[in-house]
Amino acid sequence: MAPTDSDLSGRPVVMDVFRFLPDEETEPRFQRYEIPYRDDDVVLDALNHIKAEVDATLSFRWACRMGVCGSCGMMVNGEPRLTCETFVNEFHPEPIRIEPLAHFPVARDLVINMENFMDTLPTVKPWLMPADPKPIEEGEFLQSPGELATYKRFSMCINCMLCYSACPVYGLDETFIGPAALALAQRYNLDSRDGGKAERANVVTSHEGIWECTYVGDCTRVCPKEVDPAGAIQMAKLSYATDWVKSMLLPGG
Amino acid sequence: MDVPVHDVLIVGGGGAGLRAAIAIAEDYPEISVGVISKVYPMRSHTVAAEGGAAAVIKDNDSLDDHAYDTISGSDWLADQDAVEVLVSEAPAEMIQLEHWGCPWSREPDGEVAVRPFGGMQTERTWYAADKTGFHMLHSLFQTSLKFDSIVRYDEWFVTSLVLEDGRPHGVTAIELKSGEVHAIGARAVILCTGGAGRVYPFTTNSNIKTGDGMALAYRAGVPLKDMEFVQYHPTGLPGTGILITEAARGEGGVLVNRDGYRYLQDYDLGEPLELDDPNHPQKRTMELGPRDRLSQAFIHEREKERTIEGPHGDYVNLDLTHLGERTITRKIPMVRELAVRYVGIDPVTEPIPVRTVVHYMMGGIDTDVEARTLQPGLFAAGECACVSVNGANRLGSNSLTELLVYGARAARSAARFAGETPDVSLAALRTGQEAQRQRITEWLSPGAGGGETVAGLRSSLGDALEEGAGIFRDESSLQQACDTIRNLKQRFENVKLTDTSRTFNYELTAALELECMLDVGEAIAHSALARTESRGSHQRTDHPERDDERFLNHSLAYQTDGDPRIDYRDVVITRWPPGKRTYGTD
Repeated sequence: MAPTDSDLSGRPVVMDVFRFLPDEETEPRFQRYEIPYRDDDVVLDALNHIKAEVDATLSFRWACRMGVCGSCGMMVNGEPRLTCETFVNEFHPEPIRIEPLAHFPVARDLVINMENFMDTLPTVKPWLMPADPKPIEEGEFLQSPGELATYKRFSMCINCMLCYSACPVYGLDETFIGPAALALAQRYNLDSRDGGKAERANVVTSHEGIWECTYVGDCTRVCPKEVDPAGAIQMAKLSYATDWVKSMLLPGG
Repeated sequence: MDVPVHDVLIVGGGGAGLRAAIAIAEDYPEISVGVISKVYPMRSHTVAAEGGAAAVIKDNDSLDDHAYDTISGSDWLADQDAVEVLVSEAPAEMIQLEHWGCPWSREPDGEVAVRPFGGMQTERTWYAADKTGFHMLHSLFQTSLKFDSIVRYDEWFVTSLVLEDGRPHGVTAIELKSGEVHAIGARAVILCTGGAGRVYPFTTNSNIKTGDGMALAYRAGVPLKDMEFVQYHPTGLPGTGILITEAARGEGGVLVNRDGYRYLQDYDLGEPLELDDPNHPQKRTMELGPRDRLSQAFIHEREKERTIEGPHGDYVNLDLTHLGERTITRKIPMVRELAVRYVGIDPVTEPIPVRTVVHYMMGGIDTDVEARTLQPGLFAAGECACVSVNGANRLGSNSLTELLVYGARAARSAARFAGETPDVSLAALRTGQEAQRQRITEWLSPGAGGGETVAGLRSSLGDALEEGAGIFRDESSLQQACDTIRNLKQRFENVKLTDTSRTFNYELTAALELECMLDVGEAIAHSALARTESRGSHQRTDHPERDDERFLNHSLAYQTDGDPRIDYRDVVITRWPPGKRTYGTD
């Protein structure tokens, strides 16, 4: 909720915000805003205050304001963060520098172009391919709480793109399938109901897949939902390597 | 750019829209389906649903019980044929989602687990911890990626329906990336645009829930049904309005006032059991009463000055401390995450401050059990529609179920309609496109508009509805809201856009959203003014009783050049004659 006049703390916060309108400008610039804020304001609230009260031309994505829709990731003082979960107080009284997520083309201001991810995601086949399909009338597939726990963590990804922004490999090579998509492939590979691991192998183990990951671990460090994509990729490497060794030792088996 | 044409075009990529798209892709693979959404599908507000989705699956439950709970919860305003469809098709829809990989929480034996929810006499709410909507939406989205026949238009904002010869021929829309206005043709259109909670100033709803689809239908001559019924959820975080799920009470959490007293016992919701009683929490009783009654109780407590004053207004406490860390972390981890992050309180050791907050629109685009509107070729499903299964008060965990059942039904109806319908008129689409293009170009030209701002008008609209059409209303407050909104619609003509560029112009889309919100707000205020009775979430202090003689019917708001015309249609009663709505004693 944007602050109202009655409950502002009286202390201003300085925001240096990345501005760029590719249609009309050749170079990005930083614009400084000095705005009042409330102790419990998040960075997104401050941006919304700017948009509503100071400068309606500033563009950024947001929706849920509760850390689950994945829209509002930005660089906050150089770190990829969800701005709806990042409090102004963390930085005050220092200025806060807001930039679009690194490693993505900028569409405008703080809005990135994430079409590459959207196009890549389907290639890892992130859907359940039942190992033993059955009709709906026969009810649910059984899955113990332990089996659920095996993959649950990797199912928590909100596609916020923070991990791509932190990943040095993706920063150099945008053909890398990347942390979120590979973690999602592993989420389905680990699901006790799924039988699609071999079908995902072509893409997941391709040159653009898990083997390109150098295990820096920055994806896991910045993930706001504790998905641990780096761990998922390591597990996938081990699992596919084991499959390969088995196939060598037991040809035809 | 050529005009792309689909057999069926779905507006909205949330739960209902994606369910519909998959239904068409699976059952009618020869049909071309488009999904157009102003955000990427994963951002849709279904993602924020927490507690669960109701469907009868266990031996101790029955379809009739689910139907009865829903109908009594609706204060007998739900159409009972629609409720029977909902409860009978719900189990298969939920199992289908399981087969698509949704990570439902499980019993030790591997079966799907269910939890109790407000107003439900039996535990029947399927859940994925307390991120049910998130997991449902992502399961649907990921499943939809399988189908090449589904064409998505992500981040396109629909500005109008193109109608000619008594049927839709498609839509016009702004591609946000380029700012260009396009036309997309379709033989049938399904609106799945969600609710409109943002018309109020304090809501759990995300920024995108601005009633766009409701306004599109309303402008096309389709009535908005039962718009006076607005659900306030009893447990939102003060300040932000972030939802603390009803599942917190389903797991045993209790509401206490400033004296630590479980005040719900004073409001005809039954007697409290001790917290260590094995029957606590008792179904359809106290904290597991329906949302309308709990939110009304909060207002009464505030009038008695038994709420607690805080920097963001008065609140009560939701106490989960007796549940213990293990249950909280296992069953409702997001509650803990949200409370710690946004109010600095760990519910394991301290109660969470909560207050009432606008959450859901029971009303919406008038549809029938086949998800048809009165406009042939136009269909609607999910929160934007009113079929009605929710009547005067929706029970928690029925909305996720509704979007699956009626999303799939809308798909089948639209696919059949498209199959029997001739080609779309490209001329009509181009005419519509040109008109929209001109309007937006004029709007974005320097010097256009007057002294009004989008943010200023939006804030005035919110205040008008909260003050005039809140939890309790009366003739004078509602008349005031109607007058204010009429005035705001005039002032909107003078709205000034300071952003005149094309790429991702979110001031432009906010203005278009505001225009939709004004239409929706007008329908809410006028429908509420006309219903001189109290029923469910619509509480008129000047007409405190339910009046089945005059109002066992749905309101239908039609747009006119002036104030909306309000008409009525009888409620469909099948097997459950109107009765007294009792909690805590039956």
